[in-house]
Amino acid sequence: MRYVDEYRDGALASRAAAAIAAEADPGRHYALMEFCGGHTHAICRYGIEDLLPPNVSMIHGPGCPVCVLPIGRLDMAIELAMRPEVILCTYGDMMRVPGRDRTSLMKAKAGGADIRMVYGSGDALRVARDNPGREVVFFAIGFETTAPTTAVALVQAAALNLRNFSVFANHVLTPSAIQAILDSPEVTATGTVRVDGFIGPGHVSTIIGSAPYERFARDYRRPIVVSGFEPLDIMQSVLMLVRQLNEGRCEVENQFSRAVSRDGNGKAQALVERVFELRDSFEWRGLGTIPDSALQIREEFADWDAERRWQLRYVPVADNRACSCAQILRGAKKPLDCAIFGTACTPENPMGSCMVSPEGSCAAYYLYGRWRDIPQQAKAG
Amino acid sequence: MCLALPARIVEIHSDDSATVSLGGVRKQVSTALIEEPAVGDYVIVHVGYALSRLDPAEAERTLALLAALDRPAREQEPEQEDAAA
Ligand code: SF4
Repeated sequence: MRYVDEYRDGALASRAAAAIAAEADPGRHYALMEFCGGHTHAICRYGIEDLLPPNVSMIHGPGCPVCVLPIGRLDMAIELAMRPEVILCTYGDMMRVPGRDRTSLMKAKAGGADIRMVYGSGDALRVARDNPGREVVFFAIGFETTAPTTAVALVQAAALNLRNFSVFANHVLTPSAIQAILDSPEVTATGTVRVDGFIGPGHVSTIIGSAPYERFARDYRRPIVVSGFEPLDIMQSVLMLVRQLNEGRCEVENQFSRAVSRDGNGKAQALVERVFELRDSFEWRGLGTIPDSALQIREEFADWDAERRWQLRYVPVADNRACSCAQILRGAKKPLDCAIFGTACTPENPMGSCMVSPEGSCAAYYLYGRWRDIPQQAKAG
Repeated sequence: MCLALPARIVEIHSDDSATVSLGGVRKQVSTALIEEPAVGDYVIVHVGYALSRLDPAEAERTLALLAALDRPAREQEPEQEDAAA
């Protein structure tokens, strides 16, 4: 496929690997965090860590939208789905995430709730048009990549005066999460997690551009390279980070220039701005409650806001005690550090959110990485 | 849910949508998020929407940078000879 296959060339990848090995200073360690779950998935799938020298390591960040949604918000969706008049439309990945008391949308559906998996907000809108006698709610999750697609659906619903459609909005913002990582106790006070540089999210940046990261590079002295998702993209981004660190530079660089500009997609930003405003605060799984880190639907579109329509209230719920998802999302633990990884918790029977979506660290490890790390761990132990 | 793929626009429709070809598979996507989509453009498609356009010149530039990475000496020598000749 054009613009895919060229970036999977094995010979070029080994050349990139050789360049990284040659340029990485053997006297220092490079700890790089890939923020985005799409990168985590690609890193595990293509075995990129095996191509890196031992002193360059990847830390998986919180950029999986399914993983960062707290249980309390999922419970609100389940509560909505249980209403007999409601058809809940959701991205398929949400179905198996455990809610309170290990319920899930999947179990609610088995119990008779009308829950439909959709590919995107456009499908949800179609379900609403096809079922005028029912209340169709789109369970919207995701970062800045999906927020504009939800905005389009809301604008269309308003234009069509589609009264049986509403959105349960859970959109969260990437810069807030990066900030939370940089301010987290593991990174600052205790210093147990070192993040020398970031691989910045590629698809989010098609929308917001690379400019929003500039303050992190400047204020926290961490280089950031916005990266594409193919293996060569990631290898090149690692090389760019190693070079910046070697030269003592802390800049925002753009490896994914074929799709990302400094200012991003103005049309999409304007739509998001028109439909959404900042939420005062939002709880993230693993990162805690962060002010101004999520979006809510503006007054003008209040008629299509599921939270207002059904007066939903958020009740925080603690994570399962055996689960290490919170630490994994902050980069403080790896999946193999969780006591129940691969035993009580598997993709078929997940205990935590990180095991559900293919972009979650635990699922990515389980699918592609666990056999590689286990002998290493045995050696270390 | 974060997967997004490059696709080529093969047909534009009147309602802010287009048919794209994703490695030969045709699919209708919304173009409400991009300015002036045109047949032949490559776009990044995510959850049924074109998120942004792909810039072919920048794509070439990225590949050229990768290709220029320290080639093994064996490959470089003939070029040097050529230059000398
Ligand atoms: S293995 Fe399961 S329970 Fe443990 S951190 Fe991962 S998702 Fe959570």
